[in-house]
Amino acid sequence: MIEEVGTTTEGDLIINVGPQHPSTHGVLHLVITLNGETVKKVEPHLGYIHRSIEKMCESLSYRQFIYVTSRMDYLSSHINNQGCALVVEKGLQIEVPERGKVIRVLMAELTRIASHLLWWGAMGMDIGAFTPFFHAFREREAINDIMEETCGARLTMNYVVPGGVMADIHPNFQKKVNEFIKLLKSKIDEYYILLTGNIILQERLKGVGVISAEDAINFGCSGPVVRACGVKSDIRKIAPYDGYEKVKFDEVFETAGDSFARYMVRMNEIRQSLSIVEQLIDNIPEGEFQAKTKAVLKLPKGEFYSRVETARGEFGVYIISEGGLTPYRIKFRSPGFSNLAALHHMVKGSKIADMVATMGTLDLVIPDIDR
Amino acid sequence: MFSLESLAHNIDLGLNNIFPPTVALLSEMVIIGVGVIALFAVLGLVLVFMERKVSAYMQIRKGPNRVGYQGFAQTAADTLKLVLKEGLTPDGADKFLFNLAPFIVMIVAMLLMAPIAFTKGFQIWDINIGVLYISAISSLSVIGILMAGWASNNKYSLIGAMRSGAQIVSYELSAGLAILAMVVLTGSLQISEIVASQQNGWWIFKGHIPAVISFIIFIIAVTAETNRAPFDMAEAESELTAGFHTEYSGMRFAFFFLAEYVNIFIVCAIGATLYFGGWMPFHVGTWEAFNHVMDFIPGVVWFFGKTFGLIFLIMWFRWTFPRLRIDQLLNLEWTYLLPISMFNLLLMTIIAINGWYF
Repeated sequence: MIEEVGTTTEGDLIINVGPQHPSTHGVLHLVITLNGETVKKVEPHLGYIHRSIEKMCESLSYRQFIYVTSRMDYLSSHINNQGCALVVEKGLQIEVPERGKVIRVLMAELTRIASHLLWWGAMGMDIGAFTPFFHAFREREAINDIMEETCGARLTMNYVVPGGVMADIHPNFQKKVNEFIKLLKSKIDEYYILLTGNIILQERLKGVGVISAEDAINFGCSGPVVRACGVKSDIRKIAPYDGYEKVKFDEVFETAGDSFARYMVRMNEIRQSLSIVEQLIDNIPEGEFQAKTKAVLKLPKGEFYSRVETARGEFGVYIISEGGLTPYRIKFRSPGFSNLAALHHMVKGSKIADMVATMGTLDLVIPDIDR
Repeated sequence: MFSLESLAHNIDLGLNNIFPPTVALLSEMVIIGVGVIALFAVLGLVLVFMERKVSAYMQIRKGPNRVGYQGFAQTAADTLKLVLKEGLTPDGADKFLFNLAPFIVMIVAMLLMAPIAFTKGFQIWDINIGVLYISAISSLSVIGILMAGWASNNKYSLIGAMRSGAQIVSYELSAGLAILAMVVLTGSLQISEIVASQQNGWWIFKGHIPAVISFIIFIIAVTAETNRAPFDMAEAESELTAGFHTEYSGMRFAFFFLAEYVNIFIVCAIGATLYFGGWMPFHVGTWEAFNHVMDFIPGVVWFFGKTFGLIFLIMWFRWTFPRLRIDQLLNLEWTYLLPISMFNLLLMTIIAINGWYF
């Protein structure tokens, strides 16, 4: 047990980082024990924005509960929705039409790009570079505009329904996305000049926050965190859903397992996502965008699980149904929670600044951790 | 022809005619004091506005543009807000030191104004050890920062202040050695003589490569000394919220803020004086006609032009570079900058002794 204020008996300094702190990107509360500048212990205190989303979902119907998950990881809300829709479709054996699948994948990849762009900007801020934030937001804005036109919302799109998507794409969608692809391709190189290639950034991230592949797996890390250790973990490759098996893309790996490896995985994932969007945007099949489903959905008695790859890692939805109108029990496996768990292991013995940089590369979204 | 030199001279004569010498000297001191405070206010307004605009255009936005022409009065409005704000003192703080710290930082910045030559003959105090005076006084501001960090009774402030102490003490060496290299070249510590020695060309052009190296080291060291990004370890907002001035609010915070900008101005003014000739117009050796044309531009314009050019450079650093880590920062100083600047000083001495400069 450590005190929340003051010093320990060994004379170490105990500092509360958060719940209001510029580097935590939300209401995360870290109690860190410091020996001078060196971090001895990091203890996350959670629950500041716990909204009991899982419990809430138990009183919502199978059509409704999907949209609550937009408020978990709000940066990849579309992908969360997709994961929830997948589990309902699995339970009811609904076959999503090809057009619906392709639109879902397109939106998911655009969401992933937007999320990674935001991460890149915020990451820059964490290590003291403010300008990348605005550059990243400029491109992210283009994605938000595309989303707004088709889905009606910019951040929590709520576009997915069991059986497909809610509405057909906007007539301008393809044109706008093509324009965006062109725009981002020119900007990614600019990002390299602005931040990635900067010697200070590389010095700050290389060899910092190192985690081995074995430890990463033991902590349950997923997404770019574990891929930066060279572990094959992309759900889109391992257990393809919504037609990911038909598109060509590479799973991005790095081997170092440090902050810079995580940084590079995310930067390269932007390129991969862009190539997926490029392959699909001019080949959206004709036909229905939504399967015909019953007005009231009831999952049969049993247990259902599905998982998707969000921008932060593996997002799992586990439902126990008693055959009623609402889920009997629901559990979300959010990537941020497990990634945060590894923070202490990654940063103990390094400097405060390293902790902030490492936290930046973990890409934590606090509502995703607290749920 | 009107010049600031004759203005200063006439005021001096006039006052001495009316009053006895002691009273004249006292009233001159008052005039200078008021002048420095006014300059402080103007510099604060201009530099904060400049920083906001520079950062805005680097970040593809417009910056303040509502209050006054192009947002020029925004800083004044912000200052008004800060004046009206309550200056809180935290419960466990050492009240005396807590209140004293911003003034120390401020006074140090004011003292540094003294030997700066704005134009020919327009200088508050042409002390014969001007450069030494500046080096000595500028290192005093660390006392204010340490005091603020310690007295705040806040761990973030304490860590920020300790970092700042380590940083300023280390970079003081490089800055000093870089300046020393130029002193070796000019053979004088007096600011007016350093400027006069650049009559036929600025030292950055005349002094060969050692002068350029010295300039680069100087710019890095003073960026660190003024706690500016990428060396803003003392503030490091993503780590320590606001570092040593976390607990300050209202006007006392504004003092730290103002002192930071005035310090930037001062170090850039010194840089401009040592390497770019201060108020000396751009002269090229024996091109009489060209030099004569250049002389038509007043010295004040040259001085402020060069200084603001350097200030822009320092702002440019801040808005494009990530921050270093504290150990990397000290590493940079002790393993690279210090040996290089020592070697550079040696090189410069050889050049100066043999008269190899132009």
